[in-house]
Amino acid sequence: MARKETETKPVLEMVQADGADEGCVTFVLHEEDHTLGNSLRYMVMKNPQVEFCGYSIPHPSETKINFRIQSRGGVPATDLLRKGLKDLQDAAQHVRTTFEAKVMDCKDQPQGPMQ
Amino acid sequence: MAAPMSNVDEIRKRVILSEFGVRNVHTTDYPGNYPGYDDAWSLQKFKKNFRIEVVHMDDTSMEFDMIGVDAALANAFRRILLAEVPTMAVEKVFVYNNTSIIQDEILAHRLGLIPIKADPRLFEYRNAGAEFRDEEGTEIDTIQLQLKVKCTRNPRATKESSDPRELYLNHMVYSKDMKWVPIGNQADVFADAQIGPVHDDILLAQLRPGQELDVVMHCVKGIGKDHAKFSPVATASYRLLPEITLLQTVEGEKAERLKRCFSPGVIELENRGGKQVAKVVNSRLDTCSREVLRHDDLKNLVKLGRVRDHFIFSVESTGILPPDVLVTEAISVLVAKCQKFLNELDSTEME
Repeated sequence: MARKETETKPVLEMVQADGADEGCVTFVLHEEDHTLGNSLRYMVMKNPQVEFCGYSIPHPSETKINFRIQSRGGVPATDLLRKGLKDLQDAAQHVRTTFEAKVMDCKDQPQGPMQ
Repeated sequence: MAAPMSNVDEIRKRVILSEFGVRNVHTTDYPGNYPGYDDAWSLQKFKKNFRIEVVHMDDTSMEFDMIGVDAALANAFRRILLAEVPTMAVEKVFVYNNTSIIQDEILAHRLGLIPIKADPRLFEYRNAGAEFRDEEGTEIDTIQLQLKVKCTRNPRATKESSDPRELYLNHMVYSKDMKWVPIGNQADVFADAQIGPVHDDILLAQLRPGQELDVVMHCVKGIGKDHAKFSPVATASYRLLPEITLLQTVEGEKAERLKRCFSPGVIELENRGGKQVAKVVNSRLDTCSREVLRHDDLKNLVKLGRVRDHFIFSVESTGILPPDVLVTEAISVLVAKCQKFLNELDSTEME
């Protein structure tokens, strides 16, 4: 059955100025908005090797964000992005386990902290 | 009165509510901003400082405190709760007969907004191009519901009555009239789960004798970003914990007036040496109206602020999933987003 090839939509693109080192990269994240943008920006900024980190939404009608990372000391920006994502994921997982444990405690004691 | 915070601590940890604005709003504790502070991200430090307290939880709503997290993360959870936790909702309405006064599209719109009690984790998303290729919904991604009501005159009504409840049969179409029609093996898989609307008493349309509604609905899995009908929460919001510090002892009549400036229960008067002295008892109850700053003689006696990393979340579910499950799902969505980009980074590295 002849049908259009399922579009391989890019999820993550990298835009790098010619000649610049690997430490300054703008990532274009597709199908994302402030939800991931702001939380990822916070995590990347918490890294002392980051000189600059910011994100913007080029147009509100398009769901993509421009995420720029500039590193201090020549560290590749992809490593910083990877670390930021990993840190965000670890933090979220810890929040989830703590929350589930607390909810389990609450359900076990009906007279407990719940009103 | 607590010992006053140093200036730096205050900038780092408090949002200040002053008469003409709110100050210190943004997070500033990034590495390098404050000499002598190590603000680099450390999972150990985060785990040590992070706490959750559940204040209230029942089937439809919960209130819990998330302490030790930054606004960016808390806001991400809130946004995901509103827009990215999937649910099932009516998407396609096949109108076989509608002689009621409600137009087809209005009725379809109303049907879409009804919360459907079906665990969305047990279903798949429908393929994006499926409609164009005219594929019927399969049992793993579609729930079929049917609404078939005909209004007739009640033969047993008395001659002079004018009450529609007596004169007509089936003249009000409620959501309880929506019946589940199992497709494929759904009858076995969901034998004990009652799939249908969460609430029975949502009024969909009103009919008069001779009018009828014969409608088949297909429910699919979707997220709130696509259409608000897929949002699993009535609302999800958070606020920061208020903090009220009295800078001087306030007694007598001023104490009475100070008490009235805040929400009830925040400030109580205690008897100390024969005088009524104001004391901050429970600043959590305050709605931060800053009323006290409107009175010239009271405004310099208090300091209003909010604790920057203490979030009081309030999650109200529409009934599809219990609120604690919703919060867990929302956090899982954030984890999955990170994983998606980590995989993407790793795969581009391989090339």
